[in-house]
Amino acid sequence: MSKMNLTRRGVLKTGAIAGAGVAAPTIFTAQSAAAFTNEPTGSSVTLGFNVPQTGPYADEGADELRAYELAVEHLNGGGDGGLMNTFSSKALQGNGIMGKKVEYVTGDTQTKSDAARASARSMIEKDGAVMITGGSSSGVAVAVQALCQEAGVIFMAGLTHSNDTTGKDKKANGFRHFFNSYMSGAALAPILANNYGTDRKAYHLTADYNWGYTTEEAVRTSTEAMGWETVAAVKTPLTQTDFSSYIAPVLQSGADVLVLNHYGGNMVNSLTNAVQFGLRDKLVNNKNFEIVVPLYSRLMAKGAGANVKGIFGSTNWHWSLQDEGSKAFVKSFGTKYGFPPSQAAHTCYVQALLYADAVERAGSFNPCAVAEALEGFEFDGMGNGKTLYRAEDHQCFKDVLVVKGKENPTSEFDLLEIVEVTPTSQVTYDASIFGGELGSCNPGA
Amino acid sequence: MFGLDKKDFRLLLLVAVLVALAPFILNPFPEGSGMAQFNAGYPDLMQRFVIFGIFAIGFNILFGLTGYLSFGHAAFLGVGSYAAIWMMKLLTMNVIPAIIVSVIVAGIFSLAVGWISLRRSGIYFSILTLAFAQMSYSLAYSVLTPITGGETGLQPKVNDPRILDGTLANGATPKANLFGLEMGSSFNLDVGAWVFTFNVGYYLAGIVMLLAFYLSIRIFRSPFGMMLRAVKSNQQRLNYTGLNAKPYTLAAFVISGMYAGLAGGLMVAMDTQVGAERMFWTASGEVVLMSILGGVGTLIGPVLGAGAIKYMENILSKINSDILHTWFAFLPDGLEDFVVTLIYPFIGKGWHLTLGLIFMLVVIFLPGGLVEGGQRVARLFGRKKKSTDTPDGKTTPAE
Repeated sequence: MSKMNLTRRGVLKTGAIAGAGVAAPTIFTAQSAAAFTNEPTGSSVTLGFNVPQTGPYADEGADELRAYELAVEHLNGGGDGGLMNTFSSKALQGNGIMGKKVEYVTGDTQTKSDAARASARSMIEKDGAVMITGGSSSGVAVAVQALCQEAGVIFMAGLTHSNDTTGKDKKANGFRHFFNSYMSGAALAPILANNYGTDRKAYHLTADYNWGYTTEEAVRTSTEAMGWETVAAVKTPLTQTDFSSYIAPVLQSGADVLVLNHYGGNMVNSLTNAVQFGLRDKLVNNKNFEIVVPLYSRLMAKGAGANVKGIFGSTNWHWSLQDEGSKAFVKSFGTKYGFPPSQAAHTCYVQALLYADAVERAGSFNPCAVAEALEGFEFDGMGNGKTLYRAEDHQCFKDVLVVKGKENPTSEFDLLEIVEVTPTSQVTYDASIFGGELGSCNPGA
Repeated sequence: MFGLDKKDFRLLLLVAVLVALAPFILNPFPEGSGMAQFNAGYPDLMQRFVIFGIFAIGFNILFGLTGYLSFGHAAFLGVGSYAAIWMMKLLTMNVIPAIIVSVIVAGIFSLAVGWISLRRSGIYFSILTLAFAQMSYSLAYSVLTPITGGETGLQPKVNDPRILDGTLANGATPKANLFGLEMGSSFNLDVGAWVFTFNVGYYLAGIVMLLAFYLSIRIFRSPFGMMLRAVKSNQQRLNYTGLNAKPYTLAAFVISGMYAGLAGGLMVAMDTQVGAERMFWTASGEVVLMSILGGVGTLIGPVLGAGAIKYMENILSKINSDILHTWFAFLPDGLEDFVVTLIYPFIGKGWHLTLGLIFMLVVIFLPGGLVEGGQRVARLFGRKKKSTDTPDGKTTPAE
């Protein structure tokens, strides 16, 4: 390598560096003429799909990626158009976004904030992505959202359920379509009161991290408002795989409901343990012992198998919904991949379309213009009924599904049945209750 | 020069040149070409190269010289990061206090961990450090959530105190800077089809790495370094000569812990976010891989290993089946699909598999790591063979 410096090219390079060094103080401030970060100038626009391809949520990540590929196909005019046909806004023409062909890059978040940020930064710095979307954990969503705010691109969150994403860590460049812990609690509580009565004693097992805390708090507040009593709330390590030692004390506590604030593999294991302990056959305080899982997903239900039968939980979307939007999405996803989409796939697909639509309506890829188009945007036909992107915290407000493990599943995908669709008004909250500052949008450059 | 002999100085100079010219060297393919996928000359990855280079250099001082294999170095990196982000939240967004404090805090923490762990050696030492690191990780992830932010980690917020900084302009976000020069700002040089990016943060990290590298050369060549090698070759004999090895190993442990803290502080300076998984045991394992892949006990090896692993993590993992299809589009359809299916498991999410294979090949065929590979190639083409021509300081000490 040191030899190379003696060549003509080496000398030129050194000269260029020296020149850049001398000029640096003046150039650094005005780095380019573009109006905003990664302004697409050619005939195509690049989106960044940052999903977990390895790690605990790899299944969700794979499904998210399928949804994004489908969304890109539809945006570019391929396939059957999917939700673009049922979407209330008709700005999308199937000719890409603003006539530019949609291209995409993918990355692996590994469900680690560092890896997710590294991957997102390479999409922004190297591939020129003008929007980042995806993710299957709130930690990652919060980290990448902050990065996008700094870099001046739009972040469309994927599956993230913690209140923090659009609560205390909300950012002007970030948007979330998925619902959150608060909504889960608010939607679940009345159903629980109707089915199990208002004088129940609840015992919480909570995954020991942010999402667990916010979920526990949400379920606790809303069930206590219904007259329930919380006997105890025990935190379990995230890496725990055997919950028997946590289940045993539940019976001695005098509680008659067990709330499992667990997600993914945690929930599969704790629920299996609880059912194997025979909790559901017990009679406590002259009432049947019940188990509740605040956040459900089909992939989790699949993992827990027959144990989910009759257990209540909430979910953002389910493929068995019968509105036009859901049917259209299930059809085009099923045609392409051969099985119904998960809620992670749905939220990601919708986010990609919402972004594209906002760009069309704003007439610009500028993050500030896009954010303005999304703020306060009301739409329908995306599978969740009438939905509002609230301007104050960039959170979507829509109906929340309360589901129950199906008693007689007809296929490996038919595991959950919808008990009730909780209307938006019941899960809406004041934007200021979680604190945090939205700040103002950052177009970068 | 600088108290180095000619050979070491040449090595330092080589590293300096490589660091300075990295934006060119890492971007060999023109923008928009199919090969641009393999370009690594964008700020984030270049910063990672040098930061993990520092981390690996520090780890090598402990592992390469004393032979103590620590499986908990990520904890020091994490502690340094948390210290740095708190400096930025409380004091100022200027990176200098953040970096200095991260080194100090990591040093104190490694002193405590080393004090206990170094009572044992060999596998027991490794397990102890691993236990400490996992403990730190669990604490940061859950119990210490008020200090560490738990799962969501910490970031500078608009309404942090930052007592030394003036109030932000309305709508501005706090950005890491060096006396006003923002870490994130870059200058793009367009040369024909090529685009070369010069990033402020990268050059700051690069300068720090050169200093760290220089310090490590001095340690390797010092009587202290010789003592550490003695610990590695035969600690029992050392004890019989009446020497207590503990202060030396502890000093090496603390120094390498401070290097890790420095790397952690720089990571925060480049990208203002800390998450607990930075301390996870796989992160500790990664630096062990870096050292072994590059060449344990050599000066430049760990830096090369760090570069190789980070390159694979960031470049290979981003190749997806779509890109493969465009590469092999010239093949007939059936054959194209076949080739893509064949390669697919090794790219994208399969990058770990590729890394594992390369690691196995290196360990089996090049026990001295990439440095040994380089030496073999050099010997193959070199005109004059000199047996002592090893830049790794493996010259046998006189007894």
